[in-house]
Amino acid sequence: MTDTPHNAAPPLPALSDRLKFYAIWLVVAAVLIVLPKVFSSGGSLTTFSLIGISIIFALSYNILLGQTGMLSFGHAVYYGLGGFLVIHTINIFTANKTPIPLPLVPLIGGLTGLAFAALLGWVSTKRSGTAFAMISLGLAELVASSALILRTFFGGEAGISANRTKLLRVFDWSFGPQIQIYYLVAAWTLIAMVAMYALTRTPLGRMCNAVRDNPERVQFVGYDPHVIRYLAFCFAGFFAGIAGALAAINFEIANSAYLGAVQSGTVLFATYIGGVGFFIGPIVGAIFVTILSLGLSDVTPVWQLYFGLIFIAVVMYAPGGLTGLIMMHRPLIRAGTLGRVIPSYAVAFVPTLAMVAGLILVIECSVYAAHGDGNPNIRAFGVAFNAASPLTWGLAVVLLIGGFVVARRTWSRVAQAWDDALVVAREKGLAA
Amino acid sequence: MLELVVISTLNGVLFGMLLFLMASGLTVIFSMLGVLNFAHASFYMLGAFFGFQISRWVGFWPALIFAPLLAGLIGAAVERFGLRHVHKNGHVAELLFTFGLAFAIEEIVQIIWGKSPVDFRVPRALDFPAFTIFSTNYPAFKMFMLFISIVIFVGLLVALKKTRVGLIVQAALTHPHMVGHLGHNVGRIFMMVFGVGTALAAVAGVIAGPALVTQSNMAGLLGPILFVVVVVGGLGSLPGAFVASLLIGLVQTFAVSMNGSLSDVLGPLSPDYATTWLSDIWNVTIAQIAPIMPYLLLVLILIFRPMGLLGTRET
Repeated sequence: MTDTPHNAAPPLPALSDRLKFYAIWLVVAAVLIVLPKVFSSGGSLTTFSLIGISIIFALSYNILLGQTGMLSFGHAVYYGLGGFLVIHTINIFTANKTPIPLPLVPLIGGLTGLAFAALLGWVSTKRSGTAFAMISLGLAELVASSALILRTFFGGEAGISANRTKLLRVFDWSFGPQIQIYYLVAAWTLIAMVAMYALTRTPLGRMCNAVRDNPERVQFVGYDPHVIRYLAFCFAGFFAGIAGALAAINFEIANSAYLGAVQSGTVLFATYIGGVGFFIGPIVGAIFVTILSLGLSDVTPVWQLYFGLIFIAVVMYAPGGLTGLIMMHRPLIRAGTLGRVIPSYAVAFVPTLAMVAGLILVIECSVYAAHGDGNPNIRAFGVAFNAASPLTWGLAVVLLIGGFVVARRTWSRVAQAWDDALVVAREKGLAA
Repeated sequence: MLELVVISTLNGVLFGMLLFLMASGLTVIFSMLGVLNFAHASFYMLGAFFGFQISRWVGFWPALIFAPLLAGLIGAAVERFGLRHVHKNGHVAELLFTFGLAFAIEEIVQIIWGKSPVDFRVPRALDFPAFTIFSTNYPAFKMFMLFISIVIFVGLLVALKKTRVGLIVQAALTHPHMVGHLGHNVGRIFMMVFGVGTALAAVAGVIAGPALVTQSNMAGLLGPILFVVVVVGGLGSLPGAFVASLLIGLVQTFAVSMNGSLSDVLGPLSPDYATTWLSDIWNVTIAQIAPIMPYLLLVLILIFRPMGLLGTRET
């Protein structure tokens, strides 16, 4: 009993583990530096900047949802307010010739997010669970509607704009070209990622996990769950403010859409689709959702519907998100039984693909039937087909229903193969 | 002034009763399944659009029956094939499922009926002024809306308090396992309650559609107010939802008809404020801030009574 205090702290990680840890961040930094050299077109630079902003925003959201178990429908409030204040700041700095360079300005957005989170957070985090979700929604509506009323500050529906190139220059960077903005976003993304990862390793980060899993027990130990939720909320607001500031700098404008329900919904989609259970989840989700929303809008007019359907499918069949799906396979890989599952995946893949193709056909043909322009030869996802012909409809229905019936059977085979593989992994002591 | 008070009270009660038609279903579903149906306002919207389409084909009166039935069937199917499947992943997953559903329903409605408002008219049989107070003609359709919501309110009360089905539903609210042990099919009760709740929201949609604007953003506009109602009333409390519905209905209607602003009251004291960036706050009228009234009420309630007006549990 006497030696318990000495062993209470976890042992320091071995040198190799620490090297591996720092190596990962160095690799991330190297990738961020090299990326624009590989894909140097203007479009890809814009996409990378958007992804970087989205990563910071999604990670900040995951401080709430994944780490503290608070489902917020109004996280865009702190993102948007950060953006608005940064635009005003740039304008004021330009007018007064304040000697502060642009790279430091996102910090102001972060502090704005922090200030408003500190203000609104205390009321919001009084309750957890469903009540918290509804309160966040109500506060988001309050702020978004107020933004339309307070026209001088928020600029009404047009928003307010600024010129980012007129601030104090360091190393002769004007931040006019997109490549310089990319490096600004990349640097802040790296800083924010490291900071938020570090946050999860602090005692506060651990207590957040505890509040998520068992708030009653936390109270017994002597902590106030409300205070912990509040602190987590403030940190989330701070990083959301940085993301909003970078978005405002990137577009040189801030408007009421930054604060709105769509923005809050998008970050929720990105975080959840990526997976809330792992630190890397929101990063994967932010990359996936940004690329998806940019790519889908090119190939189909109703891309938002597909977006919603993908989200519903993830909630129903992969509650761990994309990272959760991948991480599920780790014990199998370790036990070397992954090979037993692969064939059943291959078998299940074909009917599932047929079902998805049938669903897409039905949706696209319905869109044509609802308000087509008279020319039934439409293109969706790069494939041309006749949306009015009964043949297409028949094919769509056969694919959808046939695919569904066969897919159900094949997925139950997958589940069987999975169980077998997991039993072996368990026997080797590699899975719980 | 008296005219304003009478008309605003009537309109406020009407709006409040409409809110309660939806909030009642939402509350019962919440207390029974433990999940706040984010897509509830979407079923209200579906009701309005189904009502519009059916009344175009066969007339308003069949639409009043069939649109809620259809929406209720869809609701029951959502519970049976969607929510029940997600249930094992916890409440957050259920809430997110209904969130995704609300998103998808809005997109589907936009695909079918477009983004602009549809021409959903008051039926001819009810298109006349019911009575004239002072100088204002009060439309008969609004009285009809009030009548329908009160009839459903009373019907719901009787069904819950006096019938055997209501008794089982009430028992399943608090002791679902015990009800299951007694031989009732709890799964079917859940499905039925979900179906009836969404059908009630659809009734509200059918009768509100012609009076308000039937458009694909109506769910997004009303949804947040609905959640304010259930939080202000106290999550899971049916009487609380009733009080909160009426309160928010009245507050919003009265605010719309008032024209005062800070500068009217305090203007002579300090005219300088009207020129600074504070001028927005200084000059905004009560009518202009009517849309944010419910949310201000929400913040006040949370500060002074976090469990809601008549709520008991700390969820």
